[in-house]
Amino acid sequence: MNSIKPYSRFSGLEPLVVRPETNFLNVGERTNVTGSKKFARLIKENKYEEALSIARQQVENGAQVIDVNMDDALLDGVQAMTTFINLLQSEPDIAKIPVMIDSSKFEIIEAGLKCVQGKCIVNSISMKEGVDKFIEQARICRMYGAAVVVMAFDEVGQADTKQRKVEICHRAYKILTEQVGFDAQDIIFDPNIFALATGMEEHNNYGVDFIEATREIKQLMPLTKISGGVSNLSFSFRGNDHVREAMHSVFLYYAIKEGMDMGIVNAGQLVVYDEIEPQLRELCEDVILNRNNDNNEATDKLIAFAETVKAKGKAEVKDEAWRNASVEERLKHALVNGITEYIDVDTEEARLQYNRPLEVIEGPLMAGMSVVGDLFGAGKMFLPQVVKSARVMKKSVAWLTPFIEAEKQEASNAPTILLATVKGDVHDIGKNIVGVVLGCNGYNIIDLGVMVPTDKILDVAQKENVDIIGLSGLITPSLDEMVHVAHEMKRRGMKQPLLIGGATTSRMHTAVKITPQYDDGVIHVLDASRSVTVAGSLLSKEQKPAFLQGIKGEYDKLRDDFNNKKVVKQFLSLEDAQANKTKIDWKNFTAVTPTFTGVKQFDNYDLNELRNYIDWKPFFIAWELHGNFPAILTDAVVGTEATKLYNDANAMLDKIIAEKWLTAKGTVGFWPANSDGKDSVEVRSTNDKVRLEFLRQQIKKAEGQPNISLADFIQPANDSQPSATDYLGAFSVTIHGIEEHIKRFEAAHDDYSKITLQALADRFAEAFAECLHERTRKEFWGYAKDEVLTNEDLIKEQYMGIRPAPGYPACPDHTEKYKLFSLLGGEEATGIHLTESLAMFPASSVCGWYFAHPDSKYFGVGKISNDQLEDYTKRKGMSLEEVTRWLRPILE
Amino acid sequence: MDIRKELEKRILVIDGAMGTMIQRHKLQEADYRGERFKDWHSDVKGNNDLLSITQPQIITGIHKQYLNAGADIIETNTFSSTSIAQADYEMQSLAYELNVASAQCARKAIEEYNAENPSTQSTKFVAGAIGPLNKTLSLSPDVNNPGYRAVTFDEVVAAYYEQIKGLVDGGVDVLLIETIFDTLNAKAAIFAVKKYFADQQKPELPIMISGTITDASGRTLSGQTLEAFYISVMHAKPLSIGLNCALGAHEMRPHIEELSQIASCYVSAYPNAGLPNAMGEYDERPEDTGHYLEEWAEEGWVNIVGGCCGTTPDHIKHIAEHVRKIQPRELPVVEATF
Repeated sequence: MNSIKPYSRFSGLEPLVVRPETNFLNVGERTNVTGSKKFARLIKENKYEEALSIARQQVENGAQVIDVNMDDALLDGVQAMTTFINLLQSEPDIAKIPVMIDSSKFEIIEAGLKCVQGKCIVNSISMKEGVDKFIEQARICRMYGAAVVVMAFDEVGQADTKQRKVEICHRAYKILTEQVGFDAQDIIFDPNIFALATGMEEHNNYGVDFIEATREIKQLMPLTKISGGVSNLSFSFRGNDHVREAMHSVFLYYAIKEGMDMGIVNAGQLVVYDEIEPQLRELCEDVILNRNNDNNEATDKLIAFAETVKAKGKAEVKDEAWRNASVEERLKHALVNGITEYIDVDTEEARLQYNRPLEVIEGPLMAGMSVVGDLFGAGKMFLPQVVKSARVMKKSVAWLTPFIEAEKQEASNAPTILLATVKGDVHDIGKNIVGVVLGCNGYNIIDLGVMVPTDKILDVAQKENVDIIGLSGLITPSLDEMVHVAHEMKRRGMKQPLLIGGATTSRMHTAVKITPQYDDGVIHVLDASRSVTVAGSLLSKEQKPAFLQGIKGEYDKLRDDFNNKKVVKQFLSLEDAQANKTKIDWKNFTAVTPTFTGVKQFDNYDLNELRNYIDWKPFFIAWELHGNFPAILTDAVVGTEATKLYNDANAMLDKIIAEKWLTAKGTVGFWPANSDGKDSVEVRSTNDKVRLEFLRQQIKKAEGQPNISLADFIQPANDSQPSATDYLGAFSVTIHGIEEHIKRFEAAHDDYSKITLQALADRFAEAFAECLHERTRKEFWGYAKDEVLTNEDLIKEQYMGIRPAPGYPACPDHTEKYKLFSLLGGEEATGIHLTESLAMFPASSVCGWYFAHPDSKYFGVGKISNDQLEDYTKRKGMSLEEVTRWLRPILE
Repeated sequence: MDIRKELEKRILVIDGAMGTMIQRHKLQEADYRGERFKDWHSDVKGNNDLLSITQPQIITGIHKQYLNAGADIIETNTFSSTSIAQADYEMQSLAYELNVASAQCARKAIEEYNAENPSTQSTKFVAGAIGPLNKTLSLSPDVNNPGYRAVTFDEVVAAYYEQIKGLVDGGVDVLLIETIFDTLNAKAAIFAVKKYFADQQKPELPIMISGTITDASGRTLSGQTLEAFYISVMHAKPLSIGLNCALGAHEMRPHIEELSQIASCYVSAYPNAGLPNAMGEYDERPEDTGHYLEEWAEEGWVNIVGGCCGTTPDHIKHIAEHVRKIQPRELPVVEATF
């Protein structure tokens, strides 16, 4: 059965659902006559069209709700509200977000509510004029279907202490939910943010009062939301935006932690907490948290500090200042800051200044990118920023390209690097990132894409006379393919250095398996940032010999170590290993029967649901930002960039879901199954019996440790107990629909969005696998109906039963995938195509077996010896050569 | 007789088109006027709602055909019975009376049906149909003046209030706000319902809400996505949320699927008989409509099904037969915590 979460939901033309991961809602504040002089002037002068552009700007700046306020003594508030909101509703790009109708006069609020089809937020009502009035106004708001902001205000006055704030909010809550019929999630409390550092000591604890009240309100009434007008806080520092912005950021940092959900802020003007100069941050923290503040000490210090900072002017002014610099400086600024807005104009100006368009690239653009490269190398810029810089570069180059071609000049004679994902493999996120980073550093990139056969790679490399070849791959068979490419390069007598990268590759594998195949330089490159220095060294005539010599020495040593270590390993005979299998008490075991046997298909699974299952850590790793989620968002070094990336990713997720970019397809199947007591499992589907072949750990284990095979987790067929049927399951998930959008982003030179989308599609596939596994445990198979696990627990694999995939450590033979897919109904049912290397296409796909036994666990088979290889070959009915090829990574 | 109890047990069938059935009678101006309005100062042909007063036997007859075909819910002939819509015929003053008369036609049809079928008593319902109006609150009729509105929220509330009063006085069982292409009009109707029952200090009748997705964009005419539309009317605490009109079952399918996922109340669907052909006629065969809706029922998406433009008693008969044995969509659990 469906279930529905009690999220706060608002709407404009589009829905706004406040999920726990929404973090913080920005309410745009500039369409407020009391807060924006410009807006007030435009309304008073009847320039509504122009006033609309302020609203639009806020939406573009990321406001998720738009606050409209017409409280001005010189205005007819009802008429102004009606006129403005009617106009606003006629602009789809603004009307898409919900409206917050803001007034201290209820008749103005009602006038606004009468014009909006979506679900509004009323800001605000309170018990200021008594409970009866409060109830009456709340009832009317409900009749319009609006959510309400309730100010912590009663007959006595505005709540200033924590205790009063909590008491008043709780009292209002009881009235609204019990007497008026409000849902708790439609109530937003504003526990009053007051000005700090006023010089009056009784005001000094206002910040703490708000933050602590927020925490208590959330504990007491968890479905409600907390909002506040943040700019009040810094009222004492009017005219000093530098200090004000810092105070707002510090305050939000602490208030959001305690549960503040939304705020009326100018999102464009908020500084990032981590970027506030430490001295100012410290002073703000002292004032807001009321620390070291006896006798107004902290207050005085902040005021003194404020006086030393000349008001640096508003962000908008700062934004424009760089426009006055020389065109070279402007291009550099745009590149470093990733601003595309003026790049066409600036590029054109530069083109007219320089003799040839190519000189613009070789001159100011390359100079800008080398600054980017330096900052990146020094850890002062992060990958997402670099990719944005690359976008600026690409746009600029795109502007120049027609002129360059018109000149019929040879394109830049920068060195050329060829990149390809090898045959049979479809994964290319990492390769794309390397391409972007190298491109930023001035190299020409030829990207042949995915699943590229060796001959094509080498033909293009020779025809285009490239300087370096880079290979990428993610699945284990790609390792062999890379060995093959190296072998062929030698046979063809090529001289280019070969770079190896991708998730399964390693320095060890490169040293032991690939380097011996090719003599002119094979280098394993750990990540994209490393690729730049490696390429630089390889292309410098002076550095190259020493660099290659160094690598060679390093790899020789690795190879020696490897060969020496080999001897140490001790193997059991297969027979002994089988005798030492996992001990499971089958006599006292009864398998749980799944709710169905056969296959269940999901053609369009709800992405909103899957979103909750996303494991973000690998997403950040894809961007080479390492750390745990969500701690990474506040990490001292990468936190700012991680947060930006996270917000961008979530904005894209919203779009993916709202605009249905992607389709999640999946299958789940269960069948009766028994093992043969050794390493095989017989699966009985309606029309067929399928024998699955597993491999067993063969390395000699410590006393009492079993030599595990997945077959151990399935009940053996037993002559004495013919009815002892066990079950095995399988699943596949895949994400369709990415290509069209990738093309769109490529056309817009927008690698940032492209890579984000690819990474998100991968996350969706993994989330889908997690979700189906949970439903399998609780529902479809139902062997763990009472399981209660958080998403974090799921990520840590704290569930009962496992879902290993063929090709991964517990069952390293990829060819068992054929059986898995045939059981699940093949390509037609699963929507997944298997390449010749048994990679799954689309790339964002996951499959695996389900084992339910409580003792089943993830493990690695590790290396096996020849007797198991021979036995396995017999069982598989394949040639020794073929089996050897597929199992190479686990053979000695 | 409580419609909620019936909805727990089975899928309910709502009737088909009224207009399509009236057309078959090929009525002329004089038929529309009847005796009472023979000297009316403007033409009234096409004012179908007026027939509830001037030709009540025709309207009752159509209702009975739908009841015999298997409809559980019949809609009153009141799609345009508001002072605002009746202004086209200068019959604003008749709005209240039209609603009472139409509700009585429907009630009478059920009484007659029950008398003729004594074994199947008491599970038929009258839904008071509240249409979308010919003036809209979210859109300007003047392209050069996007802020202009042809009508105000208060005027729309007043018109709906009068209609609701007539429907309730005439004896309807539920109120059906339907064919919503501007959510703000629907919100005014909801406002009027809440206000009417609060003023009367009576318990509210159940509200059914049915929106209209106008084309492949998946949005209402006033630009909302389906989920935004649902969020905007949730405060009505409706008995059901659904879609009707504009689309045939084939085009409506993905939207009903989505709605069934997000709706915390019952889900209704009554599509047109396909899309109009080159002649502007609906020609989807009754068995085809029946098959479509059966599949939705099998998927567990719907609680109330029926037809809109172009559908006939024959369509309703097929729909009723196809969904009779299928379990209705279960109401989702609304959780208490995140």
